Amino acid sequence: MKPIIELKNISKKYYEGKDNQLQVLNDVNLSIKSGEFVAIVGASGSGKSTLMNIIGLLDQPTNGQYFLDGADTSQQSQKNLSLIRGQKIGFVFQTFNLIGRINALKNVELPMLYTGAPPKQRAARAQQLLELVEMSDRAKHFPNELSGGQKQRVAIARAMVNDPSIILADEPTGALDSTTGRMIIDLFLELNRRHNKTVILITHDAEIASRAQRIITLKDGQIVGEERQ
Amino acid sequence: MNFASNIAQTLQNLKANKTRSFLTMLGIIIGISSVIAIVTVGDSLSVSINNSMQELGASNITVSLQSKTSSRSGLERTYAAKDLLTKVMIEDLRQTYPSQIDDVSLTLAVGNGQTTKGKQYANLTLTGVNPSYGEVNDITLKSGRFLSDRDDLEQRRACVVSDKLAERIFGSASPLAERITMALEKGAETCTIVGVYEYQASLFAAAGVSDDDIVTTVYIPLETASKITNQDGFSTFTIVTAIGVNSTDFANQVGSFFGKYYSRNDDYEVTASSMESMVETVQDMINNVSMAVAVVAAISLVVGGIGVMNIMIVSITERTREIGTRKAVGATNADIRWQFIIEAVVICLIGGIFGVLLGVAGGITGAILLGFTPYVSAAAIAAATLFSMFVGVFFGYYPANKAAKMNPIDALRYE
Ligand SMILES: Nc1ncnc2c1ncn2[C@@H]1O[C@H](COP(=O)(O)OP(=O)(O)O)[C@@H](O)[C@H]1O
Ligand SMILES: [Mg+2]
Repeated sequence: MKPIIELKNISKKYYEGKDNQLQVLNDVNLSIKSGEFVAIVGASGSGKSTLMNIIGLLDQPTNGQYFLDGADTSQQSQKNLSLIRGQKIGFVFQTFNLIGRINALKNVELPMLYTGAPPKQRAARAQQLLELVEMSDRAKHFPNELSGGQKQRVAIARAMVNDPSIILADEPTGALDSTTGRMIIDLFLELNRRHNKTVILITHDAEIASRAQRIITLKDGQIVGEERQ
Repeated sequence: MNFASNIAQTLQNLKANKTRSFLTMLGIIIGISSVIAIVTVGDSLSVSINNSMQELGASNITVSLQSKTSSRSGLERTYAAKDLLTKVMIEDLRQTYPSQIDDVSLTLAVGNGQTTKGKQYANLTLTGVNPSYGEVNDITLKSGRFLSDRDDLEQRRACVVSDKLAERIFGSASPLAERITMALEKGAETCTIVGVYEYQASLFAAAGVSDDDIVTTVYIPLETASKITNQDGFSTFTIVTAIGVNSTDFANQVGSFFGKYYSRNDDYEVTASSMESMVETVQDMINNVSMAVAVVAAISLVVGGIGVMNIMIVSITERTREIGTRKAVGATNADIRWQFIIEAVVICLIGGIFGVLLGVAGGITGAILLGFTPYVSAAAIAAATLFSMFVGVFFGYYPANKAAKMNPIDALRYE
């Protein structure tokens, strides 16, 4: 089976060619199959977020190639990268990044605004996703009326609303207590098992990582270990 | 991109931040309302002038001699007999354009003077007119009749006097069939009163003249005046055009018609101008003035636009993470640019609408205070509304573009 994500010799440097050149990723090769649940672990500053941003098409590598669904992403226009991001990838952030002025339902609808879906369809689909994350009773609530765990559920619903094949989560439990964090991880497992989403999750919590099929360890911008279970 | 949801979100933002929204719009409100108020007052003035000019007879054409060598008006000059417009020329004109000319009104000034009875006196100016004059100039008779063709043909000493004169000299008694003697600069003239007309204070009446000293016109037949003054020509006359004739165009034809009589006259030529073209000139003048003032007021709109741009920049900085999030979930640069342009346009449009309402109210009040019937121009409202949207696009573009070009990772990381 062809990998959905394939990174070949990916490097990321900041201030290239200057005295303070910083190599954040160094020759990373990584291949992820559709439907995998991958945890990326490593010390703070090891390059996890940078790697995630490259996978999520928010950032471009300095060197190397990245194939998404078999297509070379370096060949895509800015506009196409935006469209792919909206349709194939769902992001979940540590700090939720919900928009405060609009309610939970509207936040979930947000990615659909950019696919041109009509308002009725948007609302119906967003409602459906809020049910999936058990937040339908809070649809009209604004982010500042929700707890951290509830916000993250809404954010997960938002990530799922365009039915992407990949869910990227950068320390999604980092701002939550451990019990709430565990429930959020359960939700990701459910998305992976019941909805066949490829999930890539960054964490530095060993217990959380242990629930993934595959654990990749980063150190100083290089993959130094890989475990499957 | 979804316009409806952008507009809905903008309205939500504006509601969430009422004071700031109001202050942002204030510049636009002031700019648009002053432009609309000025244009409304200008238009009202223009319409009022147009209406009163129409009453004076906009379809009349005034034909007059004009010196080729000096620009002095003909009022106080004396003409040589060879220079004057003759009855023959005027008859020729009538024959040439029978369907365009409805009537012609001719006048011949005889002189100024006074008539007295006992201690009573009345100032007057004696003028010879043709029988059509009364109708052409809307003279309202209170008693008797106006001068007739026979009065004219037979050079009768008949006259029509003003009600003012009649009252001063004859009191409540009927002046009809009474004879009056008028002392003029060049001697006395006597005539019999056949009619009394209603005196109307002229728009341009000299201020400060006491009622006792008012000068009113005494009309006598043209031929009679011709005989008294020993003059046979005219320095000016008025044409009433037939219904449906474009008086501005016809005035030009009349001007060139007289060209053939005056081409070899070294001193004078003939000009013909319609009241309509005079009305147009006056209106152009008013429009130019109100446009000029409106343009100055529009500068305050630019200041308003800068205010909107400033707030948009602040708002975009505050919403950096939101912009990053939107990009992460699939917004293209164009989507973000549109979002903020629409936001700026909506702010300016709302400001513009408030400005129009305020400006119309102010303009109507101003017009009423100045004594004109208020006239509100729909075109000005449409133009102001469109212009406020244009201000939104113009001043929204820079901040919107700044937002569109944000790097999503930097935006998401923004604290
Ligand atoms: N925009 C940037 N400019 C310069 N250095 C950066 C930038 N973004 C990240 N880095 C650096 O890259 C390294 C890896 O960062 P990151 O990928 O966020 O690590 P992690 O998520 O594993 O904590 C850090 O040393 C960080 O300082
Ligand atoms: Mg990180």
